[in-house]
Amino acid sequence: MKKAKRKLLIGGTLGVLLVLVMASPAFGQEEPAAATQFVLDNLWIFIAGVLVFFMQAGFALVEAGLTRSKNVANIMMKNLMDMSAGVLAFALVGFGIAFGGNELLGGWFGFDLGIAGVEDTTAEGLLPATFFFFQAAFAATAATIVSGAMAERTKFRSYFVYSFIITALIYPVVLRWTWGGGWLAQLEFPFSDFAGSTIVHATGGWAALMGAIVLGPRIGKFGKDGKPRAIPGHNIAFVVLGAMILFIGWFGFNPGSELLADEFVPQLALKTLLAGCAGAVTAMLVNWLRDGKPDVSIAANGLLAGLVAITAPVGAVETWASVVIGAIGGLIVVFSVTMFDRLKVDDPVGAISVHGVVGTWGTLSIALFARYDDAFLGREDAGLFYGGGVDQLWTQLIFVVTHFVFVVVAAGLLFLAIKATIGLRVSPEEEMAGLDVEEHGSPGYGHDPHLSMGSAPGVPAGTTVSRQAVPSAGEGTAE
Amino acid sequence: MKLIIAYIKPFKLEQVGEALKSVGVTGMSVSDISGFGRQGGQTEVYRGAEYEVDFVPKVRLEVLVSDELATVAVDALEKAGHTGEIGDGKIVVLSVYDAVRIRTGERGADAI
Repeated sequence: MKKAKRKLLIGGTLGVLLVLVMASPAFGQEEPAAATQFVLDNLWIFIAGVLVFFMQAGFALVEAGLTRSKNVANIMMKNLMDMSAGVLAFALVGFGIAFGGNELLGGWFGFDLGIAGVEDTTAEGLLPATFFFFQAAFAATAATIVSGAMAERTKFRSYFVYSFIITALIYPVVLRWTWGGGWLAQLEFPFSDFAGSTIVHATGGWAALMGAIVLGPRIGKFGKDGKPRAIPGHNIAFVVLGAMILFIGWFGFNPGSELLADEFVPQLALKTLLAGCAGAVTAMLVNWLRDGKPDVSIAANGLLAGLVAITAPVGAVETWASVVIGAIGGLIVVFSVTMFDRLKVDDPVGAISVHGVVGTWGTLSIALFARYDDAFLGREDAGLFYGGGVDQLWTQLIFVVTHFVFVVVAAGLLFLAIKATIGLRVSPEEEMAGLDVEEHGSPGYGHDPHLSMGSAPGVPAGTTVSRQAVPSAGEGTAE
Repeated sequence: MKLIIAYIKPFKLEQVGEALKSVGVTGMSVSDISGFGRQGGQTEVYRGAEYEVDFVPKVRLEVLVSDELATVAVDALEKAGHTGEIGDGKIVVLSVYDAVRIRTGERGADAI
């Protein structure tokens, strides 16, 4: 019943929009079918953008769940602000660098760098606002990946500065080179990355790598013998819920990157679905066989790895290949997490492995499995397994290597500069006590009011029951 | 036999535990507690309003040791738990009348 009602509602909304558009003079002369397509395209990409924005909630929950309760307010604040500051930075600077065309956003936002405008780069019939909305959601995704790897020890203000700069400068340069039609798109055999395994995910993943390296590991992560030790997260329910929200968001991320409402959208959704499930099952089985028990958070990492892996090749490969690519992503992530532990890079949520390492795998998989002409490829059967030779492999390697070098150098310099000026890491005392109180004033999980002697939030200090008035307070034990 | 009860800063727990093990202590109980002493509570800020938190988090340790080990264990605990700043906590030592290992029925010092 509910579903039917919802369908009616959506259908009704679409109908009203269609009538409005077709009645407007601009579309008066056009074919009704073209006007319909215009509305569908813009409406679908808007919905896809909303789904991608919903991934912010998923990232926030996964990161909160995999870290300790004393830092929960801090990690939530970081997720809130890398989205909010990131979108503003992208509007002011980043979008102009990546796509030009700031006059299309009302002539106010962005620097006009004289770069070709949006209508020249997409040619998809999307409104500039639709295109910006979708791209801004992606920029926020690239930025938020880093917070997990830097969790539990980063100064909040330093993270805020980082958020602004990655979405204003670093991510837009990657965009400019790729989806913006830059040099990687102009090679003889152009690069291919359908929805951003490298462009979005590995940008976040490699920035996360530099953040974790410059920061150093959390206190207690490595024992005196140098062996990695577990610092269990405080809420596995958050982790799984967050991973599932990300899964849902991915159906905007990949199928939305078609930038059209066409017959390929359901296929893209199907391949995304299969790859995510294959990643989760594979990671669970590999972890189970290797370590004796299936770890819940590793399986969640596996789901995300499958999704990150299929993000680049989703348009170019056959359906069966999406299962293989996702499964290999799930396999890689299990060993990658262990490898970074052994390298003494402390990544509490596995962001470097999921987004950096597996993102690179997904991008390279195009060179093996590409069958269809898609995302700049310009030819069918480009993959090695379809007789396409190694040309695409070289291009994809050039792509991932230059991208890696650029992000590592840019993000590395950024974090070192922050470290040298305002500092990157909190004091050991603050780290041990938890960042919530020192950075944000009060803990994420508030004090039990029954444990308070008359003072409560909102009651001004000084009106509390004086400690000295309590008998024997001076001889209290928990000094 | 002595029962050592200590109230320490939570982040000192690991060092204190290591120190006690290294002098031969074979077991301890640990609980998260809240309380105040001369340090008092602490001020926190919630939505722009300051408020007093009367009880600050501490860790409470209970260690049962033989009479011979008691002085060494207390010294080790004091040294490992020390930062020199306010709020380092307290150690109290109590005489114990008897102890029983439930599994075997051993009594007294044998039960430690």
